[in-house]
Amino acid sequence: MEQFFTQLTNGLAVGGIYALIALGYTMVYGVLKLINFAHGDLFTIGAYLGLTLLASLGLTGNVGTAGGIFFLVLMVMGLVGVIGILLDRAAYKPLRTSPRLSAVVSALGASIVFSNTIMLVYGPSPRVYPQGLLPTHVFYVFGLPVPIMRIIILATSLVLMIGLYLFIQKTRTGTAIRAAAIDQGAARLMGINVDRVIMLVFFIGPALGGAAGVMVGLHYGQINFTMGWIYGLKAFTAAILGGIGNIPGAMVGGLLLGVIESMGAAYISNAWKDAIAFFVLILILIIRPTGLLGERVAEKI
Amino acid sequence: MSLLRVENVVKFFGGLMAVGNVSFDVPEGCVYGLIGPNGAGKTTVFNLITGNYKLNKGNIVFKGENITGMLTPRVVALGIARTFQNIRLFSNMSVLENVLAGYHCRMKSGALAAMLRLPKQRAEERRAIGKAIAELRFVGLEAEAENLARNLSYGNQRLLEIARALASDPALIILDEPAGGMNEYETTALVDLIERIRARGITVMLIEHDMSLVMRACEYIVVLEHGKKIAEGSPEVIKADPKVIEAYLGSDDDEI
Amino acid sequence: MSVSGNNIRIGLYAAVAVCWVAAPFFLDNYQTDVLNNIAIYALLGLSLNIILGYGGMFHMGHAAFFAIGAYTTAIMNTSWGIPVLWLLPLSGITAGVFALVVARPIIHLRGDYLLIVTIGMVEIVRIALVNNIFGITGGPNGIFGIASPQVFGYPINGIVHPAHYFYLLTVFIAFTIAVFYLLEHSRYGRALKYLCSDSVAAEGSGIDTSGYKLSAFVIGAFWAGMVGNLYAGKITFISPESFSFWESVVMFMIVILGGAGSIPGVLLGAILIIGLPEFFQELQQYRLLIFGIALVAMMIFRPQGVLPPKPHTYPVDKIDEKEVAL
Repeated sequence: MEQFFTQLTNGLAVGGIYALIALGYTMVYGVLKLINFAHGDLFTIGAYLGLTLLASLGLTGNVGTAGGIFFLVLMVMGLVGVIGILLDRAAYKPLRTSPRLSAVVSALGASIVFSNTIMLVYGPSPRVYPQGLLPTHVFYVFGLPVPIMRIIILATSLVLMIGLYLFIQKTRTGTAIRAAAIDQGAARLMGINVDRVIMLVFFIGPALGGAAGVMVGLHYGQINFTMGWIYGLKAFTAAILGGIGNIPGAMVGGLLLGVIESMGAAYISNAWKDAIAFFVLILILIIRPTGLLGERVAEKI
Repeated sequence: MSLLRVENVVKFFGGLMAVGNVSFDVPEGCVYGLIGPNGAGKTTVFNLITGNYKLNKGNIVFKGENITGMLTPRVVALGIARTFQNIRLFSNMSVLENVLAGYHCRMKSGALAAMLRLPKQRAEERRAIGKAIAELRFVGLEAEAENLARNLSYGNQRLLEIARALASDPALIILDEPAGGMNEYETTALVDLIERIRARGITVMLIEHDMSLVMRACEYIVVLEHGKKIAEGSPEVIKADPKVIEAYLGSDDDEI
Repeated sequence: MSVSGNNIRIGLYAAVAVCWVAAPFFLDNYQTDVLNNIAIYALLGLSLNIILGYGGMFHMGHAAFFAIGAYTTAIMNTSWGIPVLWLLPLSGITAGVFALVVARPIIHLRGDYLLIVTIGMVEIVRIALVNNIFGITGGPNGIFGIASPQVFGYPINGIVHPAHYFYLLTVFIAFTIAVFYLLEHSRYGRALKYLCSDSVAAEGSGIDTSGYKLSAFVIGAFWAGMVGNLYAGKITFISPESFSFWESVVMFMIVILGGAGSIPGVLLGAILIIGLPEFFQELQQYRLLIFGIALVAMMIFRPQGVLPPKPHTYPVDKIDEKEVAL
């Protein structure tokens, strides 16, 4: 029972991170029908930028730990968001009218560029986040231990996700994003600035990915330049699991995948942990490619 | 004897009924028209016959064989060929190669025969090229054989689609708006081509918006509206049918 | 293209072939070994080209088939001492059967989904190798002591005499080019190009697209499995690292940058991606960065690759009038 509970909270915390990254995939896919392969690397950039800012600005010393980390996350989100916009300008915008798969190859190229740039700047060996910034406190719920860090991560992810959901559902800009996702041409005719929508999507998605990067750094302590692709693939799996293009789907998919993976590692085999997500990915694409919350669409002939 | 029998066919897209309980018989050797206002479900009926869509209810019988739910390539091999409403050619391949695609299902050589360059395979290739040239000549595109398909004019692309369909030696050819984008002169030539296709013993079924073409080319017409059959008969009967007139005047897309 | 243009092209290919065959006489062992690597990747690129180039299926897990061929050879050779070259067909068959099983359920997936699923597949295979699946793959350390191949009793040692191995690989490349050329210009090759161009139109023309997609996977995998055999015989030691996702990316880049669907393009791609970095040793660490930029730039400025396929001309004028029949 205790092991089950431990794995559950662990899975939910990791799942929150997957969900945050998955939102970036799903938003870009929703509007452009493009898998942004470089998204995982934007997450890595977030982790590394967080490390640099933490070390150079001494944020936590000036405004206290909680406030410092809050500002840190905000700054990283802003910076990674801007990188996201630049990525779109350089690698995707020239290919808007090309076959979709050209953009996919370009995305792959951009991913290689990002991960190797990180390696050249920060070196190939893993880097370590400063320890002891966050409380290591353990709560007991009905006598079962819950490290506070997991609660913080899950809570932060949930706050960001709910914020995004409300933004998309309740604001004019959010409505414009949804409209552009359904039909770009029609949205344009209705006076929606689709280019601005795309820019916004390429800001928000990477910003959330960057936040996830900082959270991984703070939680696990160690980061490396290749982690983006494995987190990216898993987050993409989460997006597919929930139904790509669907924002609540990404959240559900992320949390679910986190739990499946941590349960699988505990009860099936730890050595096969990374393979579990890929099995989930393959199964869902074979059985229900539209995901849990997605709708079926007939192909027009 | 009827070549193709469509029995009580129903097709839903989500909650929307695109085709509702439509039945008709296509006799062998005729030119058969399927008309109706935009969105009446004509192309959907074609897609159901050729197996591009799965139908929800009903039966489709071709040459006495039930082809309901059969995969498209099998349907083509049995002898139903089609063209597409929004031209779908292999645009970066030559005109000749496009026609060879149609003859594909009448050829046998596989990967191994090609790798070993067996005499049988080479003879078959030669025969295929001869057949493709003959079909191009039939539709009047022989001179374009080595051009890329995408470089053809719109009207010629429609003809190439017909040549590709004919190359599969069909018993029934289904033409989806063959005159779309053609000028008056090309349309007249098309009526002649349809007649020549029929003279080869191939039954022709067509969807068309150009009423003058339909009335000139077809012997028998079925009219669909909102996925339901509202009339059928000879062109004279259809022209006089009040329901047909209402259906067309009620919508502002087409004139009769 | 005019006849003289064609002649120039054929002359150029012949000159490149002569230079290739003569190269080991002018190169040291290390340099010849680089050529051997180019040859291995050229073969892998050609086999991937069947799937990705002709068939247009975005398959990024080709290293899995390569790995299965190499491990088949390694296991059979080290456990039962079966000579490496005898295992050539068997390595192809195991990879082909594996492809048949895994590709069947995923073959209908749309381009980008197929891409991601094949990445998943190659990762699962790598994890399986690391975890010493069935207790026969040697885990993360791999398998040592694979014998060198023998031709008519003469051992061909890829480590001591790279030049010997070079000629073994060259013969296999020549064979591969000839066979794949015939395949490309046949009913089979055309069917793949049709479904790549427009799969709905291909189905409507009577082409069983899923059958062809599957068989392209099987043929590509069969060949990659045989290349795995030659690779295992060359370095005599294999481990999961040699078959990572990045190997798949490299093969993918060779085809896409060189020219998808073009045999000369793929060969050039292998030379550029494997060979070129050797000339810029001091830039070694920037290698992947430059490839990444090249991928983006190529998609924007020349998406069809450096040497795209030329349209095939059919002997239309050699067909007799009496052969033109409906």
